[in-house]
Amino acid sequence: MNSAIFPRGRLLLWGGCLAAAIALPLLFKSGFVVSLLCQMGIMVVFALSYNMLLGQTGLLSFGHAVYYGLGAFVTMHALNIVGKDGGPLTTALLPLVGGLAGMLAGVLLGYVTTKKAGTTFAMISLGIGELVAASALMFPGFFGGEGGVSGNRVVGKENLLGLTWGPQVEMYGLIVAWAFLATVAMFALTQTPLGRMANAVRDNPERAEFVGYDTQRVRFLMVILSGLFAGIAGGLSALNYEIITAETLNAHTSGVVLLMTFVGGIGFFYGPIIGAILITVMQIVIGGLTHAWLLYFGLFFLFMVLMAPGGIASVIAVQRNLWLAGLLGRMLPHYLAVALPVLVLLAGLVGLVELSYALLAGEGVGAGDTATRVMTMEFHLNTPGPWLAALGTTALGLLLTRWIGSRAGVAWNAALATLHGDKA
Amino acid sequence: MSLLNGITYGLLLFMLSSGLTLIFSMMGILNFAHASFYMLGAYFAYQISTWVGFWPGLLVAPLIVGAVGAAVERYGLRRAHRFGHVAELLFTFGLAFVVEEVVQLIWGKVAVDYRIPAELDGTLFTLFSTDFPIYKGFMMLISVGMLVALYALLTRTRIGLIIQAALTKPDMVEALGHNVPRIFMLVFGGGTALAGLAGVIGGNAFITEPGMAAAVGSIVFVVVVVGGLGSLGGAFVASLLIGCIQTFSVALSISVTDVFALIGVSLPQGSQVARLTITQLAPVLPYLLMVGILIFRPRGLMGARES
Repeated sequence: MNSAIFPRGRLLLWGGCLAAAIALPLLFKSGFVVSLLCQMGIMVVFALSYNMLLGQTGLLSFGHAVYYGLGAFVTMHALNIVGKDGGPLTTALLPLVGGLAGMLAGVLLGYVTTKKAGTTFAMISLGIGELVAASALMFPGFFGGEGGVSGNRVVGKENLLGLTWGPQVEMYGLIVAWAFLATVAMFALTQTPLGRMANAVRDNPERAEFVGYDTQRVRFLMVILSGLFAGIAGGLSALNYEIITAETLNAHTSGVVLLMTFVGGIGFFYGPIIGAILITVMQIVIGGLTHAWLLYFGLFFLFMVLMAPGGIASVIAVQRNLWLAGLLGRMLPHYLAVALPVLVLLAGLVGLVELSYALLAGEGVGAGDTATRVMTMEFHLNTPGPWLAALGTTALGLLLTRWIGSRAGVAWNAALATLHGDKA
Repeated sequence: MSLLNGITYGLLLFMLSSGLTLIFSMMGILNFAHASFYMLGAYFAYQISTWVGFWPGLLVAPLIVGAVGAAVERYGLRRAHRFGHVAELLFTFGLAFVVEEVVQLIWGKVAVDYRIPAELDGTLFTLFSTDFPIYKGFMMLISVGMLVALYALLTRTRIGLIIQAALTKPDMVEALGHNVPRIFMLVFGGGTALAGLAGVIGGNAFITEPGMAAAVGSIVFVVVVVGGLGSLGGAFVASLLIGCIQTFSVALSISVTDVFALIGVSLPQGSQVARLTITQLAPVLPYLLMVGILIFRPRGLMGARES
C-alpha cells in the first residue's frame, strides 16, 4: 500500500494514532478516562463529518445536529427492534444503520439546502435544524418526548470473541474501530475526484461550473456523505449512552460541533480531530471544576476567531514551517517570554470571573454566602481584598502582555518575513 | 383580536429584523448576536427600572445597547472582517454565546421580574368582549414611531443618503471623503440600538430570561429570509405575516385532519400527523414557511438579490 495516497510517513502516523487510541485505556484504567475517551471518539467522527461541509466544500451549516440526531434515534430504534433476537455482531453493525439514516436525511434535506451556497445555505440549514428540532417534540412516538428513547446495547446470548459490548472498555473498542474506519474513509474521500471538486466548488464556484461541473450536485453529494458519517457518529452515541433525547437534535449540538471544528482548524484534515479532543477534554475537565466553563469556552472561541482564524491546526502548521526553515529556535525564547505575562493575565481574569460567579450565582461555601473557597483558600467576597488582588493581577498581566507581546510580535514578523522570503 | 395581537408581535419582530437587515445589507454580516442585543435591552431596562423607573430606561437602555454594539463593531468585527465573512459570522455566533453566559452570570438563570409600568397597565378598549391592554397599544405606537423615524432618517437626511450610498458603493463613498468604517460602526450601533429598544418594550410584555435571545433569534432570521435578504420593505411584510401566523395558529384548535378535509383529502385516522392540532404545529409553521419560500422563491418576498 505504498501508494501516493498512503505514503510510509502517513501510514506510520495513522498507525501511531490508532496504537495510542488502543493503549490509552490500558494506561488509565479509571472509568472516568474511558468514558471521556468514548466521547472523544464519537466527537472526532462528528467533527470530521462537519468539516466535510465547512472545510472542504465551504458550506457553513448551523443544522448538522439533524443528521447526528436522526442517526442516533434510528440506531436506538433498530437496537430495540433487534432486541432479544440479535447478537453482539448485529449490535456492532448498528452504527451503519444510523449512518444510512443520516444519509437518507441528507438526501431529503440536502436537496433543499444545497440549492444555494454561502450565507443562504447557512440560514436554510439553521431553519431546517430548528424545523426538525421543533418537530421532534410533536412526534413523541418516535422521539420519545421529553424523556427520550433508551435501550440496552447488550443483546443476545452468544458472544463474539467473548465480547458483549456491555463493559465500557469493550464499547470503547467498538468506538475506536468505527472512528478509525470512518476517519480513513473520510480522508480517502478528500483524495477522490469528488473531494477535489468539492474544494474547487468552495474556492471558485463559477469556474467549477464553467469547467462543466454542476456545483449544486457536488454540494448535494457532499451533504449526503457528510450525513452518512454524522449518522454513524450519532449511532455510536446511541450505543454508548444507551439513551437519546430530542435535545440531541437542537441548535446547541450543531453549535458545539461548529465550535469544535473551527477551533481545531477547518483548513486541515486533522484540525477537527484536535478540536474534538481538546473541546471534549475542556468540557469535562474544566466543566467539572467551574460552573463558568461555558463562559471561558465562549471567550476562548472569540479569541481564536480574532487571533487564529485558521484554528489550532494552522498554528501547528506555521510552527512546523518555522522548524523546517530552522527558525523555531529563534522564536522559542519569545514564546516562553510571552507565556509568563499571559499566564498572569489569565490568572487575573479567571479570578475576576470566579469571584463574580461566586458572589452573583451564590456558589462556594454555601448558596448566598459571602465567602467562597478556591483550592482550599477561602475568600471573603464582602471585603475588597480578593477583588483588588484579582483586578491588580489582571492589570499587571495586561501591561506585561502588551509590553513583552509587542517585542515578541516584532520577532514574529521578522521570522515570518524570513520564512516567506525563503519561499519566494 | 388575534389580528391586533399579531400586528403588535409583528411590529416588534420588525424592530428586530429592520436592524438585522440594515446591518446585513450594509456590511454583509448576518449578525447572529442580534437577538442577544434584544435580550441586553430587556435586561438593561429591567435594571434601570429598578433604580429610576421605566421611562428613563426606555430612552437610556437602547442607547447603552447601541454603544455596546458600536464597541463590538469597532474592536471585534472590524478585526474579524480581515479574515472574511465566515470569521465575522462566527464572531457574532460566539458573541451570542458569551452574552448569554454573562447575562446568566449577572442576573441569574431564572426570569427577572421586569414589569409593565403601572400607568400603562390596564385596558385600552374592549372588542368582542376581549380586553385590549394599553401596553399593546403603547408597543404599537413605539414601533410605528420608530418605523417612521427610520424611514425619514434614511430618505430625508444627509446621513441617511450617505448610508444608502455606502450600502451599494462603499469605495466610491470613501473616495468622496466619508469615513466608511465610522458609518459602518454607526449603522451597527443603530441596528443594535433598535434591537435594544425592542427588548425594552418586549421584555416586559413577554418574559425576560436568558433563553429569550435564542427563542426570538431564529424567528428573526426566518423573517429576514422570508422578506428577502437586505430588503427593509420585505422585512416589514414578513414580520407582520409571521407575527399573525404565530398568533393565529396558537388560537386555532382544529387538527391537521380538518385542514386536509377542507381541501377534500382525508388522512388515515389515528396516525400521529393526523392527530396534531394547528396549535401544536405553531412553533414549526414559520420554519415551514421559510423552507417553502426558499424552494419556490429563493429571493424572498421582496428580495433584490439572491445570495
